[in-house]
Amino acid sequence: MKKWGNTGANLPPLVFLVLLIAIWEVTGRAFNIPDHILPAPSSIGKALLNNMPLLWLHTKMTITAASVGLVLAVFVALVLSVLMNRVKMIKRVFYPLLVISQTVPIIALIPIMIIWFGFGLLPKILVVTLVCFFPLSVNLTEGLENVDNELIDLLKVMKAGPWRIFKSVQMPSVLPYFFSGLKISATYSVMGAVIAEWLGARAGLGIYMTRAMHSYSYSSFFAAIFIVVLLSMSLFKFTELLAWLSMPWNRIKEE
Amino acid sequence: MCDAKLSLREVSSAYIHNGRILPVLDTISMQVKEGEFVSLLGPSGSGKSTLLKIIAGLIKPDAGSVFLNGKELKGTIVKMGYMPQKDLLLPWKPLLYNAALPLLAQGTGKKEAYNKVRELLPVFGLEGFENSYPSQLSGGMRQRAALLRTVLIDSEVMLLDEPFGALDALTRERLQEWMLKIWDHFKRSVIFVTHSIDEAIYLSDRIYMISELPGKIVLEQAINLPRPRARDIVLSPLFTEYKQNLMTALANETTWGNS
Ligand SMILES: Nc1ncnc2c1ncn2[C@@H]1O[C@H](COP(=O)(O)OP(=O)(O)OP(=O)(O)O)[C@@H](O)[C@H]1O
Ligand SMILES: [Mg+2]
Repeated sequence: MKKWGNTGANLPPLVFLVLLIAIWEVTGRAFNIPDHILPAPSSIGKALLNNMPLLWLHTKMTITAASVGLVLAVFVALVLSVLMNRVKMIKRVFYPLLVISQTVPIIALIPIMIIWFGFGLLPKILVVTLVCFFPLSVNLTEGLENVDNELIDLLKVMKAGPWRIFKSVQMPSVLPYFFSGLKISATYSVMGAVIAEWLGARAGLGIYMTRAMHSYSYSSFFAAIFIVVLLSMSLFKFTELLAWLSMPWNRIKEE
Repeated sequence: MCDAKLSLREVSSAYIHNGRILPVLDTISMQVKEGEFVSLLGPSGSGKSTLLKIIAGLIKPDAGSVFLNGKELKGTIVKMGYMPQKDLLLPWKPLLYNAALPLLAQGTGKKEAYNKVRELLPVFGLEGFENSYPSQLSGGMRQRAALLRTVLIDSEVMLLDEPFGALDALTRERLQEWMLKIWDHFKRSVIFVTHSIDEAIYLSDRIYMISELPGKIVLEQAINLPRPRARDIVLSPLFTEYKQNLMTALANETTWGNS
């Protein structure tokens, strides 16, 4: 991560991707593969363009659910991991619960949430939060545990206050852990929203996909998948950018 | 004891390690006068770092007491020029911030703190590196940066834990000479931890030698070499005599000779 948006490093995967799409298109045409088996990139592209306004409407819902859920997850994870770090008893009680919360199949939880909270945005946000807070909490907890106590001692001998200690020792040493958690969570967040919408929603890419499926419009279905991928990737890249911006000392190390 | 800046009276300490008690320090008494340079010399693992942490108030001794200016420190953290064994520079901050940390910690404004650091950079041979991160500095520079930070801690006592321990012999000698200049410049009382006999003699007014675990003071040696000390003082007969003396004491105390 030397320079942000290093084009040289991005080139090979991009070329590979273009090549893959080209092969997909060519084989689709050569063998006359019908749309309901695998629509060609060109017809997906056409569906994307023709359904733009409608797709955008649904995309907005998904973006809202994913981003609000993610922000909420960050908040929950921060509070939980700080509490668990401060009070060992809370950690002993909560940590196993955290793990259990991840073993419950999310698919089974969604209908329950829909019964409780209806078809609106709220259950989607909650699903996203539930999926996203775990990697964040685990990483933050580990990060807080790995703060160098000797550094804290040194600042105490300088008679530094708790805020100075937090700002110059605890926060920066936890940041890398936070961002590796956030990268995972950000990627999960869009998927979480889509799955939640899939099982029942008024709007959102998930419900759009089920509708496209039921009306046999496979190229629209794939167009929605394309948007989901694009959204997840953008969130991932955005997280990387944030990490790059907030940890300038990491840029130097790798030069 | 009255004119001592810092004094320890029968300090004992133990760690609990794997459920067993590991006695580390055994009734240590020592003192440092105003402006005096005192070395604590002893083999690895003899409890020297532990002793410094006790003086700084980071560890409570199991017995005994520490006095600063004749007043007992009751196991509270006291502001002292403590330089831990690892340089402990903040990897995420440039040198300027690292060195200014003690000033910032006591509420000095950023601008004023940085200006003060900038003034001192040449003295510490760090000019031009104020914006470098610790990972971009050489080992010797990091030690000097850590020393600069330590000097800026507003305290008349400096506790230096093997500041040159990890450096090559040449850099080490250069920094020793430089250390004496710094000490002369800032006029602080110093406790300097080392396991090099030569380093201890060259720098100190007095040396306390500490035994293997549990650490006891086995020898107190005043060093009456004239100051300022040029490097070739290590060749003088008096220096050799001190060295002989300390080596014998160390050999008697340790099972594996001197380090
Ligand atoms: N936090 C700790 N818990 C348990 N034992 C410890 C702890 N810190 C140090 N010890 C033990 O106490 C003894 C003295 O350690 P200390 O670091 O004070 O020695 P030292 O003289 O500074 O050694 P060195 O010259 O290698 O730095 C060692 O045997 C060490 O293993
Ligand atoms: Mg030590």
